[in-house]
Amino acid sequence: MSSKHAIFSRRSVLQSGLAGGLVLAFPWPLRAAPVNEPEQPPDHPDGQFAPNAFIRIDNSGKTTLVMPQAEMGQGVYTAIAMILAEELDADFAQVMIEHGPPSDKLYGNPLFGVQVTGNSNSIRAFWDKLRNAGAAARTMLIAAAAAQWQVDAASCTAANGKVTHASSNRSLTYGEVADAAAKLPVPEKPKLKDPRDFTLIGKPLKRSDTPNKSDGKTIYGIDAMVPDMKFATLVQCPVLGGKVKHADDSAAKNLPGVRQVVVLDDLVAVVGDHMWAAWQGLNALKVTWDEGQNAKINSADIWNELRAASQKDGVVAKSEGDVNKGLAQGESFDAAYELPFLAHATMEPMNCTVRLSPDGCEIWTGSQVQSRAQQYAAKAAGLPIDKVKVYNHYIGGGFGRRLEADMVASAVRIAKEVSAPIKVVWTREEDMQHDVYRPAYRDTISASLSNGKIVGWKYKVTGSSVLARWFPVAFKNGLDGDAVDSAVDMPYDIPNKRVEYVRAETPAVTTGFWRGVGPNNNVFAIESFMDELARKANMDPVAFRLGMLDGTPRLKAALKLVAEKSGWGSPLPPRVGRGVSVQPSFGSFIATVVEAEVDDMGEVHLRRVTCAVDTGIAVNPDTIMAQLQGGLIFGLTAALWGEVTIEKGRVQQSNFNNYRMLRIDETPPIDVHVIKSGEHPGGIGETGATAGPPALRNAIYAATGVPLRRLPIDRSAIASKKA
Amino acid sequence: MRHMSPARRVAIIVVAAVAIVAIGVAAWLVFGPGPLAFAGNSTVALADYHEANPTGVPADLAKADAIRRGEYLAKAADCMVCHTTPGGEAYAGGLAFPLPFGTLYSTNITSDKETGIGNYTDQDFLNAVQRGIRKDGARLYPAMTYTSYTFMTDADALAIKAYLFSLPAVHRPNQDDTLLFPFNQRWGMIFWSWAFNPNTRFAPNTAKCAEWNRGAYIAEALAHCGDCHTPRNLAFALDNRRKFSGAVAAGWRAYNITADKATGIGAWSDDEIFAYLAKGHAMGRGTASGPMGEAVDRSFSQMAPADIRALVTYLRSIPAVASSEPATIAAPAPTSPKEGGAVADALGRRVFAQACASCHSWTGVSALSPVATISGSRAVNDPTATNVAQIVISGTQRFSPGAMSMPAFGSTYTDSEIAAVANYVTGRFGSAASKLTAKDVADLRGQTAR
Amino acid sequence: MTFSISINGTKHDVDVADDTPLLWVLRDVLGMTGTKYGCGIAQCGACTVHVDGNPLRSCLLPVGTIGSRAVTTIEGIGATEAGAKVQKAWLDREVIQCGYCQSGQIMSAAALLAANPHPDDADIDAAMAGNICRCGTYVRIREAIKSAAGEA
Ligand code: FES
Ligand code: FES
Repeated sequence: MSSKHAIFSRRSVLQSGLAGGLVLAFPWPLRAAPVNEPEQPPDHPDGQFAPNAFIRIDNSGKTTLVMPQAEMGQGVYTAIAMILAEELDADFAQVMIEHGPPSDKLYGNPLFGVQVTGNSNSIRAFWDKLRNAGAAARTMLIAAAAAQWQVDAASCTAANGKVTHASSNRSLTYGEVADAAAKLPVPEKPKLKDPRDFTLIGKPLKRSDTPNKSDGKTIYGIDAMVPDMKFATLVQCPVLGGKVKHADDSAAKNLPGVRQVVVLDDLVAVVGDHMWAAWQGLNALKVTWDEGQNAKINSADIWNELRAASQKDGVVAKSEGDVNKGLAQGESFDAAYELPFLAHATMEPMNCTVRLSPDGCEIWTGSQVQSRAQQYAAKAAGLPIDKVKVYNHYIGGGFGRRLEADMVASAVRIAKEVSAPIKVVWTREEDMQHDVYRPAYRDTISASLSNGKIVGWKYKVTGSSVLARWFPVAFKNGLDGDAVDSAVDMPYDIPNKRVEYVRAETPAVTTGFWRGVGPNNNVFAIESFMDELARKANMDPVAFRLGMLDGTPRLKAALKLVAEKSGWGSPLPPRVGRGVSVQPSFGSFIATVVEAEVDDMGEVHLRRVTCAVDTGIAVNPDTIMAQLQGGLIFGLTAALWGEVTIEKGRVQQSNFNNYRMLRIDETPPIDVHVIKSGEHPGGIGETGATAGPPALRNAIYAATGVPLRRLPIDRSAIASKKA
Repeated sequence: MRHMSPARRVAIIVVAAVAIVAIGVAAWLVFGPGPLAFAGNSTVALADYHEANPTGVPADLAKADAIRRGEYLAKAADCMVCHTTPGGEAYAGGLAFPLPFGTLYSTNITSDKETGIGNYTDQDFLNAVQRGIRKDGARLYPAMTYTSYTFMTDADALAIKAYLFSLPAVHRPNQDDTLLFPFNQRWGMIFWSWAFNPNTRFAPNTAKCAEWNRGAYIAEALAHCGDCHTPRNLAFALDNRRKFSGAVAAGWRAYNITADKATGIGAWSDDEIFAYLAKGHAMGRGTASGPMGEAVDRSFSQMAPADIRALVTYLRSIPAVASSEPATIAAPAPTSPKEGGAVADALGRRVFAQACASCHSWTGVSALSPVATISGSRAVNDPTATNVAQIVISGTQRFSPGAMSMPAFGSTYTDSEIAAVANYVTGRFGSAASKLTAKDVADLRGQTAR
Repeated sequence: MTFSISINGTKHDVDVADDTPLLWVLRDVLGMTGTKYGCGIAQCGACTVHVDGNPLRSCLLPVGTIGSRAVTTIEGIGATEAGAKVQKAWLDREVIQCGYCQSGQIMSAAALLAANPHPDDADIDAAMAGNICRCGTYVRIREAIKSAAGEA
């Protein structure tokens, strides 16, 4: 199986007509404000069997699966293809994969109603829809073959892209019956396979996208090439939100290879024959900025405001029992945990290639929100949305950054001033200093303990609301459901609890989703405090948790397994500790143990990470392991070093020299144990990112006795007294 | 009142004698020769000098107006670096100089009337630049290098003033210094100034050629090389007996730039010195970083080539003084990370592998660019590793287009990691491994101007 | 200025300023986009190519300094013995996630194995610590290098 170059496949796709009645309709639980739905045809060239938006079979039998979700390393193309092919009974080795075009209607994520790859819900949300799509197509192909043989469809079977009538020993390939199948009605409730009959799902399968990624053939957005294109790079005001006052481009324009300088109200771009020329031009620009309001804002002020806001009463997100009565019982304790702003730092910097012509706009990029990218481009170009074509690409790291389409809008605005097609690539510095940042959060907790159990729990999240900006319809009554995710549904059996949310927008800093989304603040605060409470209760942290997990048996089982696999309780050298964290997030149940050493100087050395996961039906177990390994490293990186700081309205970090990444020589062995399960598949991409930080923090707590309440880890607080 | 016992009398005499000798020694120690004394005293007043005028600007600028001339001279005198904060408005002051007894802040020297020097008359300006006296009569600390600028001609100083006054006025109130008693008593500087500021203009030396005199004027009156490169005595005055033999200033080591072959720049060719000053790098000699890097970027690289050549001529004439810096310069390290010095420092090696090896190579001879070759440089051969640590902390910025810079690692690598990598680097690429501790690194961070 | 560079055995003439980093010559002038831009300051390794077999960061390698030395990129590394071994191990061990860093990872690993067919953990650390993977594939990179070296 191979994936085609997006530029060419999409173009042919987009030129063909709308497919009318063959599209399966599913209910949308959550709709955004009515979007100007493009009259964008689904991927449906003539002469193909196309029962729905995902499956194309031509009469040579060539089977193409169209991917509604974006592939950014999470292996979703393979998993989606597995689900479709499983129910379709296609020959998996022969299917082709195509990037889906933008369309909320056809490819909207069933959980959001719009086309979004994020929140670890590709498989969770599309599971039923994809199975139905595959099963419907299979049913139609069987029916077409049965009709040709004039036998009962129930007496026919399908496998490996063929329909077989065993009793007469006849078979037809899918290609041979595709035309006939295309004339049949689409069944509304096709019969799904019994999971016991799955031949693909649940087996580790090699990913389809990796061969081309191992020899440089894969085309990411940043690699798009369009005839006669120019290359551009841009600079925005170093003070967040500032504007251009004046740009002196005389020196820049004289440099070899520099073609044009584009000055817009909020950015200056240099267009050149190649990125280097453009970049040199950028360095030679003398721009004076109107720095605006934010020029006086520092991290310290932001934190003071956040701390003040966290004193206020919040909107109640969840209330059970009587929290005040609960807190009055036994002994009560308080704590506050703080998490910093974080950058996404995807390995592939922001980019977008644009070709404008009198009749339209074409966009080449890698987006987690294809339809939103299209909308932004249309608005920036001043064109109706159906004049904008988006060729989505493989993504060199999303992590939530590509849930935004700002880079598309600015690229189109620049392109309007340039007569050639242009590729706009952000420098790493620009990428890091004009990100949308993971919100800074302050989570406060009061809890009371009685007989080794928590009897009262009052939890408050204070932070900016990404949802209110990004998806306003979902921000209801002052409550950001994402910010309190994993807090409202915390796994422990606590009779009296309340969760509140205080929206506190931080000045200057625009916030966005970040791998792990809402749960990454809540899992950290809850699981850190659980260890502090266990110590107050004089109990082992694992035993303490196990005593309160009866209501969440899948998590309890994961915790038991991880304790066993990690050697929990076995003796360790001085200043080495094990820390545990559990989380029932994104429909997956995960328990993690980190073993770490804190040296006398306060440097932290990771020794070993063990993780047990029940994610329901594990579509591709190998991908699940890989996602957890990677997610854990992502989260541990942030816990060890991640913090974006603001000084005079400017982001202080600029590149990997001052925004540090975990590297191979600091990475410990990471063992992931996948628990066999027949439950509905859960999400996995985000989960490791949230699991690592509290487990590491608790390992440090165990090693040093110091209860850190802030990330990243403060080395000076955990250096030994001797040092 | 009782009579003094004989023993007591003897004691007093002895004490007095010791005191006199001590004062003499102290005086010898603190009152050294002037910066140009080494060249002998065949000097004449500028007006009586008949060769090409060693002061002022290069010939092609001689006819320019005062503002243009002042711009060249202000760059040569490197006013901006001290009077500008990183990212701040030019000449608006505010750069902090942390000293053991508090912090000094440079002042706003833009023409803003309220917060800058907009109200300064010509005489006020000369008083400040040549004599260290502020308009309000207060004394300047010698962080302002008026003991060098005092050699500037009035015409040159006033051209600088004209240039500064031609720039936009920036309203930026000066910060108060935070010096402890007794250092906060500015009047005390009257005595210091009286003792150590010669308050005299440059006098050409007729025994030397015109080019030498031009170089001397640039080095002593404008570029104030000695303020970093000459060691200081107990009274914090320059010890010109060891002129240019190297010192630590603002947390960075300014190397020995005397003619000493082993520890100075006696073995450098003229072209190497020229390249180092003009471009911040000489093949195999390392790259200017820290304050010297700024001096190259803001000052030397902006000078006319003839002026840099004059500087080279002058530097060549500085008497050789051997310093304690190691004379041996180590050869490149082996290609394999497992061979060579300092292989045992696991943390240092790790940091080097992560952040350094890609550019500097395991041999220390960069495969990417000679600019990034560290093998053979003074910095890695300095067993105090002062500059290695500082460069890791703050990087090396080059502003000329196309030039390579080194990023700063000080904000994410911890003090113990920086100490470890500095020890690893000096061990692997230098003649002796340093023994920096995390605390030393913290101290070095504290000493730099910012 | 015109330069003639040999890339993966083929001669290419390019007309660029001599200080142009090889990375942009490859990507933007020659359209060989397998070599990636990640940081531009030799901190991430995404741009790694081989020059006469040595792994170098092309983002800081001025094209004017290459001369007649042979450049090998990710597009051509499969033709070398070590490169082919590494690519196979990468697929066998399912190392790759988003893949953006992997051109550089594979180039660094191939250079390591070509120079040192049986690297131990310390060798792997020294050779690979300069390559960042934001997706966190390090555990599998280590396994894959060992498997390519025939140790696992
Ligand atoms: S792009 Fe060259 S090392 Fe990062
Ligand atoms: S695989 Fe995505 S950055 Fe390495």
